Amino acid sequence: MAPDGNMTNGFKVVGTRPKRPDGVDKVTGRAKFGADAAAPGMLHASIVRSPHAHAKILKIDTSKAEALKGVKAVVTRADFAEGLTGENWNILENVMAGDTALYDGHAVAAVAATTALAARDAAKLIEVEYEPLPHVTDVDKAMAADAPVIRAGAADKSVPEGMHPNVVRYHESGHGDVDKGFAEADLVIEESFKTEATHQGYIEPHACLAQLGPDGKGEVWCCTQGHFNVQKVCAALVGTETSQLRVTPSEIGGGFGGKTVVFIEPVALALSRKANRPVKLVMSRSEVFRATGPTASTSMDIKIGMTREGKITAAQGVFRLQGGAFPGAPMEFTAMCAFAPYALENVHQIGYDVMSNRPKQAAYRAPGSPMAAFAVESVIDELCNKLDLDPIEVRLKNASKEGTKASYGPKFERIGLVETLEAARAHPHLTAPLAEGQGRGISCGFWFNHGGETAVSLALSEDGTVAISVGTPDIGGSRASMGQMAAEELGIPYENIRTTVADTATLGYNEISHGSRVTYASGLATIKAARDAVKKLCARAAAKWGIDEEAVVWEDGCAKPSGPNAGEFEPLPLAKIARSMGRTGGPIVGHYEATPEGAGVSFATHIVDAEVDKETGQTKVVRYTVVQDAGKAIHPTYVEGQFQGGAAQGIGWALNEEYIYGEDGRLQNSGFLDYRIPVASDLPMIDTVIVEVPNPGHPYGVRGVGETSICPPLAAIANAVSNAAGVRLTELPMSPPRILKALNDQANG
Amino acid sequence: MSMIHVTTTVNGDEVEFLCDPRETLLDVLRDRLALTGAKEGCGTGDCGACSVTVDDRLVCSCLMLGAEAEGKSIGTIEGMANGEELHPLQEKFIEYAALQCGVCTPGVLVATEALLKKNPDPTETEVRYWLAGNLCRCTGYDKIIRAVLDTAADLRKAS
Amino acid sequence: MVEVNLWSGLKAYTGGADKVEVEARNVGELLRGLVRAYPDLEPTIEAGVSVAVDGRIIASSLTEPVSSENEIYLIQRLKGG
Repeated sequence: MAPDGNMTNGFKVVGTRPKRPDGVDKVTGRAKFGADAAAPGMLHASIVRSPHAHAKILKIDTSKAEALKGVKAVVTRADFAEGLTGENWNILENVMAGDTALYDGHAVAAVAATTALAARDAAKLIEVEYEPLPHVTDVDKAMAADAPVIRAGAADKSVPEGMHPNVVRYHESGHGDVDKGFAEADLVIEESFKTEATHQGYIEPHACLAQLGPDGKGEVWCCTQGHFNVQKVCAALVGTETSQLRVTPSEIGGGFGGKTVVFIEPVALALSRKANRPVKLVMSRSEVFRATGPTASTSMDIKIGMTREGKITAAQGVFRLQGGAFPGAPMEFTAMCAFAPYALENVHQIGYDVMSNRPKQAAYRAPGSPMAAFAVESVIDELCNKLDLDPIEVRLKNASKEGTKASYGPKFERIGLVETLEAARAHPHLTAPLAEGQGRGISCGFWFNHGGETAVSLALSEDGTVAISVGTPDIGGSRASMGQMAAEELGIPYENIRTTVADTATLGYNEISHGSRVTYASGLATIKAARDAVKKLCARAAAKWGIDEEAVVWEDGCAKPSGPNAGEFEPLPLAKIARSMGRTGGPIVGHYEATPEGAGVSFATHIVDAEVDKETGQTKVVRYTVVQDAGKAIHPTYVEGQFQGGAAQGIGWALNEEYIYGEDGRLQNSGFLDYRIPVASDLPMIDTVIVEVPNPGHPYGVRGVGETSICPPLAAIANAVSNAAGVRLTELPMSPPRILKALNDQANG
Repeated sequence: MSMIHVTTTVNGDEVEFLCDPRETLLDVLRDRLALTGAKEGCGTGDCGACSVTVDDRLVCSCLMLGAEAEGKSIGTIEGMANGEELHPLQEKFIEYAALQCGVCTPGVLVATEALLKKNPDPTETEVRYWLAGNLCRCTGYDKIIRAVLDTAADLRKAS
Repeated sequence: MVEVNLWSGLKAYTGGADKVEVEARNVGELLRGLVRAYPDLEPTIEAGVSVAVDGRIIASSLTEPVSSENEIYLIQRLKGG
């Protein structure tokens, strides 16, 4: 049996690159995503949305819609549960407006009809009478004294007195004495930064098929990162019992954090209950942009002091995050991640969570961290430029290591930042010559990673093959990596294992696939479930041989006698024990349920070359290298895929992507034509280096990899662009107009 | 509104359907013919997830009406493999992990097959510009481009 | 007694202290102890906090043991993408 402790070498399957089990389905069009399901008697639904950024809802007249042929149900807020509190109330308020529409796109009513076209026609016949209210969409303006109040009394007690009521939460942390630290610096740079909101931009719009009967029993099929969460939230919002709702996750066409939340499932359930028929609800792209969960936009002030030798003497940051018309912008993570890469004696950070008339923000890959890195790493780059210091050496000099007191408080366990910096320094990219008009930027990035509630079951079949059920939707190839880890433990071929993402009735509660937790937590649970099965297999062998269970070991897929007194027996392979399991004690199922708490934090260093056309302000990323600590790469190809995907999304965020609101508070670019995510011709190949500094909290040393990859790009590209353009860019995205403005401002002194 | 009767060919099979004049070809494929391989990512021709061929020409099926399929020959992702034998592009996409979530994959494959029919020896830049109409949010395109270039090289060797 | 380091934003609830002591053998007792000593902390703790024990971030488990030997920090509960 594999050791219970940390196993970091001698792997047979882990670290190889087998084919993904969902590969054939996905290349043949057979894979079933959210919108690909149908049910007998199914209705189609459409949602009516507010055209106003902020408006009182005076009256909703549904009579004309209800009279339309084919219409079977109309719902408004009155059709959902009453008396909710806390986050459930916030979610309901976002899913279906109460007495006030809080942002452009806020749902106010919904209709179900026999065809999708009839539902759309009916939605247009629902008459809503609004009284427009003053609105605000910019974070700084939302904090100003004259800003309209989004919701009075939304602030918690952490907010200092005298702040505008739109400031709803406050964070402050740090240690040491920053004033003393700044006094010790040879150079102090203070700079302000802004970043616009971006969207996760998953290609698959939210979609679900829901059924809720008069008996309170229901079924939901949907694309989500967390079907157990959908079950819990939907049950609360429609007022039924959690276990009476069964939620089955579809294949998920991208999420990146944006599908950790619930938007349409409760609406489809409410319509289904009224019509007593299954209801399919699919968002349009425009609805996805207007009414799901983009990131927070930010306004940040950074001050860092450095000695001539490159030691950071003090650092402070103020981070204001606008998270839409609800509390929850991840400003504490922005604050806590900002200076985490550096060992600082004096550090201080403040965060403000600010409400505005925008959609409720949702997580997007390492929520809050990329913006912080943009601001902080830009200032460090500027300090290096002004003090004529090497940016990698400066970062190495100040890098956090095991035992360093983190900027957010506790000491770091074993971490791999230094290793990523050293690998970046050794990479040929760093010394490759730059062409005219090009600049190079580097940046570090940090993310916490997460464990979370997890349950896995692993069932043997009589032919010796194995079925694994996991409760975490596969968002990055995890069915392959779970199969690899189980194959490693069981000593059977990867091909003999099939991993399925099971519905909510099959397993205990599983937290959402978020926080880069799946390979870590579901992986750990899969390993432990396999070890549980191995223990049972060994017991069957012991019984057959008539020896003690302790005298049996598991090696290379077989039970073997061990120790001086165990006796001589032929090794029993898994398939042989499985064949007779029904007659030797019953089915063999390994399982594991726990909340693993050892998710190791992770760091990355990115190198990027950018070329800026000073005539047009156009930027092209010409070379990109990701170096990141994966702890242990179970399937290196998929780890590379996470690194590349995070970098590409970061490139979009840095250069193009932004929510653009008009004076009227309406979103002006709610489509892929105007909200332009990177296309194939925008990008170079993205080189990757996997660093492996094992996480002590996982049996194989795994650290999550999905999120850290988006932390450094905004800053690395900003540094490259600033170095190429010869002027510091302090606002994202660095779209051509912003670059031209920066160049003009510089020319005009 | 009265329905339109359409006779067309999909992946070599003759099919008939009735559709509302407002329904797109994508709506018809997905909702009337149960061919859900083509996806609706945007409905405005920006993402390419609904890519199909119409008389061998690559189109976004969300931008064409179902009624316009009359008398045409439609090719979708469901027609790409030959029985149990995957197309070399499909094989290579799995081998290279040129997909993560897979929702853009049918469109990318249909578009790539159309490219290789036109240009069996594309440069990296040509592949990138041809696929510029197929959005992928997961991969950063790196592994997709490599899979396409490598398949093209294999196909040239085989022919 | 175990010493608990709070993020300084919580000083508003503890009469200005960002380091407090409570009697606790595990994370659950620690959180309950904090609420007993500083009732204003309850909404924050109810909303979800993590506890870093010697640098290891305990996101949810109440049964994780703690002692006076440990370095303990309260930090905000993680929400990932």
